[in-house]
Amino acid sequence: MSEQAPLVTSRDAARSLIRAYAPRDGVADELVASDGRMRPGWDVFVNQLAALAPEQVAARFARGDLYLRDAGVYFRQYSADARAERDWPLSHIPVILHADEWQHISDGLIQRADLLERIAADLYGTQRLVADGHLPPEIVASSPEWLRPMVGVQPLSGHYLHFLAFEIARSPDGSWFVLGDRTQAPSGAGFALENRMATSRSFPDAFAKSNVSRLASFFRDFRDTLEGMREEAADLGIAPRDSRPAILTPGLSTDTYFEHTYIARYLGLMLLEGEDLTVRHGRVMVRTVDGLQPVSVLWRRLDANFADPLELDGNSRIGTSGLVSALRQGTVNMVNALGAGVLETRALMAFMPRIAQALTGAPLALPNIATWWCGQPTEQAHVLANAEKLMIGRAMSTALPFSGAADLALGGRFRGGAPDGGVSSWIENQAGALVGQEAVRLSTTPVWEDDRLVPRPMTVRVFAARTRSGWQIMPGGYARIGRGDASALAMQQGGQVADVWVVNDAPVPQDTLMARKGPYLREAPSVLPSRAADNLFWLGRYVERCENTIRLLRSWHLRMAEIGDPDAPQVALLKEHLEALGIDPARRVPQVLTDQIAAAESCAGKVRDRFSVDAWAALRDLARSAASLDGPAFAGDDTARAMGVLLHKITGFAGLVHENMYRFSGWRFLSFGRALERADNMAHLLSVFAAEEVPAGSYDILVELGDSVMTHRRRYRIDTTRETVVDLLALDGNNPRSILFQVNAMRDQADHFPHARIRGKVQPLGRELLRIETELTVDDPEEWPADRFIVLRGLLVTVAGHLATAYLG
Amino acid sequence: MLYDVSLTITHGYAVPAESARTVAHLMPLSRPGEQMLITGMIQADPWPDERLDRFDFFGNAVTEFAWRNPVEALTLTLQARVERIAMPTTLDLSPPVEGLARELQSVASLNPGSPHHFRHGSPRVRLVPEMTAFARGCLWPGITAQQAVIAIGRALYAEMTFDAEATDVNTRPEDAFALRHGVCQDFTHIMIACLRGIGIPAAYASGFLRTLPPKGKERLAGADAMHAWVRAWVGVDGGWIEFDPTNDQLVGTDHIVVAYGRDYDDVAPDRGVLKTWGEQESTQAVDVIPVVPAAQPA
Repeated sequence: MSEQAPLVTSRDAARSLIRAYAPRDGVADELVASDGRMRPGWDVFVNQLAALAPEQVAARFARGDLYLRDAGVYFRQYSADARAERDWPLSHIPVILHADEWQHISDGLIQRADLLERIAADLYGTQRLVADGHLPPEIVASSPEWLRPMVGVQPLSGHYLHFLAFEIARSPDGSWFVLGDRTQAPSGAGFALENRMATSRSFPDAFAKSNVSRLASFFRDFRDTLEGMREEAADLGIAPRDSRPAILTPGLSTDTYFEHTYIARYLGLMLLEGEDLTVRHGRVMVRTVDGLQPVSVLWRRLDANFADPLELDGNSRIGTSGLVSALRQGTVNMVNALGAGVLETRALMAFMPRIAQALTGAPLALPNIATWWCGQPTEQAHVLANAEKLMIGRAMSTALPFSGAADLALGGRFRGGAPDGGVSSWIENQAGALVGQEAVRLSTTPVWEDDRLVPRPMTVRVFAARTRSGWQIMPGGYARIGRGDASALAMQQGGQVADVWVVNDAPVPQDTLMARKGPYLREAPSVLPSRAADNLFWLGRYVERCENTIRLLRSWHLRMAEIGDPDAPQVALLKEHLEALGIDPARRVPQVLTDQIAAAESCAGKVRDRFSVDAWAALRDLARSAASLDGPAFAGDDTARAMGVLLHKITGFAGLVHENMYRFSGWRFLSFGRALERADNMAHLLSVFAAEEVPAGSYDILVELGDSVMTHRRRYRIDTTRETVVDLLALDGNNPRSILFQVNAMRDQADHFPHARIRGKVQPLGRELLRIETELTVDDPEEWPADRFIVLRGLLVTVAGHLATAYLG
Repeated sequence: MLYDVSLTITHGYAVPAESARTVAHLMPLSRPGEQMLITGMIQADPWPDERLDRFDFFGNAVTEFAWRNPVEALTLTLQARVERIAMPTTLDLSPPVEGLARELQSVASLNPGSPHHFRHGSPRVRLVPEMTAFARGCLWPGITAQQAVIAIGRALYAEMTFDAEATDVNTRPEDAFALRHGVCQDFTHIMIACLRGIGIPAAYASGFLRTLPPKGKERLAGADAMHAWVRAWVGVDGGWIEFDPTNDQLVGTDHIVVAYGRDYDDVAPDRGVLKTWGEQESTQAVDVIPVVPAAQPA
């Protein structure tokens, strides 16, 4: 069925779509202006939407959702007990703004960004704002985000702020205002990009015809800013020219980790955690497999207080001790400066108009939410008198007005637990700890519900980046859409998110991130942090371990299907081995396997920036399949087949990794882990199933577990004997399942690791592998009793130890 | 009063601590008219790979050390000669407690000495109703800020029992207050919470006490390790006064100050980050000996 309905015939449909849309009284709407006419910029989109039948709309939404799922975009919620993931709540209807209106917003935000920079410079510099009476000292002094260790520390780049976000909203009168400034470590730009990808896949034609401003150049220019800082640092001799800017992330535990990995990949930045860094003689170094490497630009996504346990929050486990000292010595660029979070303080909003006048001689082009700080008698009296009409909350909080409801009074009533004595005495007692803020009414924007457009309250997050030519505003944004009424609190319910289209009258140039002119350059390979190498190594091991578990389970169920007797000696031996590994075959997917898959996923999650989206998806698919297959096992065929399914999935992942992953050092650590685990598994199996006294049929089980049934048949043309299986599974360097093959693989990888030889001398890791290789090469099967495989496993532990000491620590 | 101060801090680690880095607040302050550091030396053993001496936000002397190799034991030593001049204030220029807020408003400054830093909760000191109520109970109508500081310090001294076993360095002030037991750090944090709770800016002072008392006086509690007491702001004219709640006295020439901060976190003698998972054991030894002036050569 064609979706390409001509636009002409859709005019009537569009008209009826709009007629059925009923914005609320008393608030502005994004689609329909106060005069009842459609706002500029919407017509192409609305016409197209109107031309679609409900099922076509659903199909288009599904296209966007599919993109998000494939890209691995999920919404993580942190509840009291567990971490839950649900589908990304995209409202597929974009918020559309005309470029003229956008220009006005941009101008206002650029002025604000400049102002914030000047305030930061003042609060961490001469503090004239306080001395001149434009800002009460108490607000600064009692903010947990005003970091005393950073006072007097000049940023290396000369700027405190480089990347900002603003939460903006539209008043009932149609004008825009700022609800909050995000200066600490603003998130959302990466999600805005993903929303854009998904929405433009849902509506490619409307997107193309609407002349929507592209986002890529914004990111490109900001990357250039980071690269520029890196260049300047290189000029100063702080870090070598081929070092890369890095994103400093709090790690997997944060709900925006996905975005960090996404932006790191998109912009080609390193992704580092505090643990990856150490400070030497005032310089920030990355612990890599190639030793300590300097880094000079950190785009931090963790809150400043956690950045350095030595001088900031001593309880932080995700920081780098000495980081503040390095900043004090001017050896690293921090984006944004530690301490920039003080600018998010709610109470500061009350003084912005005055500060704007004082510092720039001009009023705020874009007002912010009206705010009264209760630390001043007149303002406190105003809040007391108007408590019914205001939103009253923590003055020192950096939360946006609509979050952090525990300590909030609205309409004269407490939202959370009520402190003693009611709102009035609260305001009187708490005074400077509180602010009153205008109980704003948000505008509404259409979302699609029950096959029609309905208005929902929204705010837009807009991003600003410092570039060579000054502040640049991302032409688009991250819209959040609430439920219920149009008070700011609607946003708390966690509704949906949407793309923001800035629509131009004239066509806009195509734009991609890569559209950079210049000579062909092969970039230096990025350094591999030791932590990432460690995770890749363990990922390799866990995936292989899963595979081994699955093969064991399949083998047991096949035997049960064949023989049916669990007490048959060779079946019992298999069962015993399963039990020794803690595997309970009474469940289809035993806990051990679930844990192994989860461990693999967790390792992969920590190095997600180094993976293709496909490989990641394959691993998730394995986890999901395992979860869906779980249940009580009926010993036999069915379960064996289920294990077969899992085996296909896991080899699918391995295939994607090994076929598609660039042979950089990360891949080598992953492969090393896989080879080590495979060698160890095989040694373990040989010590059990090729012992001197084993039940008949044990060798066949072994050959099957080693996936070498066909090879055995072809190579020996006799039934399995102890000699043939030991030869094939341990000593035959051409069998990809043999121990020798794995040891060769490890040697090959180890040869490519940094400093594998020092002045021609092979280092301990290589030496140990060479010894093992020799043993396996020169000794005959008869010289390999079962016990020797146990000794071999011990040698493999030594190998892992050498690897860890040399590269992973 | 002229003193020779010596301090030895040791840390032992069952498992060698990797990448040790520490920030030490050990060097006594020089403050015109109050205290003069004549000479002082801080050393670390093993010899650190990095060392940086500087001042922190509040003007305290700080030494940063870093060791590259795993450290099994760590010793920090201070030797200093200090002249202590300050005498307890007797004159009360402070306004009534209720008048303090107005005076605070007239101080438009974030300088290290500004009282605004010391008005609200800080990393180690939460203002909780129990301690605020206790402080209020010590007040009488018309009481001046300075009288209030002394009255609250005195009441805490009477209420609390000095007990080195009841608490440790991480005990929260409200918990020590509930126990009514603690050491100088607890006494000081509790008094700070009490004072801030009723609107009196209060800071944490760390330092030393003379080891042996002058003839005919009792030995002071807390002299065998680093000591702590309270510094309170009692108005534009009253300025800062210092009270030692562990010994129930205004601070005088027996106290040698090392650092001022909002609470222990700002002035911890050695704040270190060590990667170790084993047991660790620490000791502190302090000697503060008055220097008898040598006879003048003829």
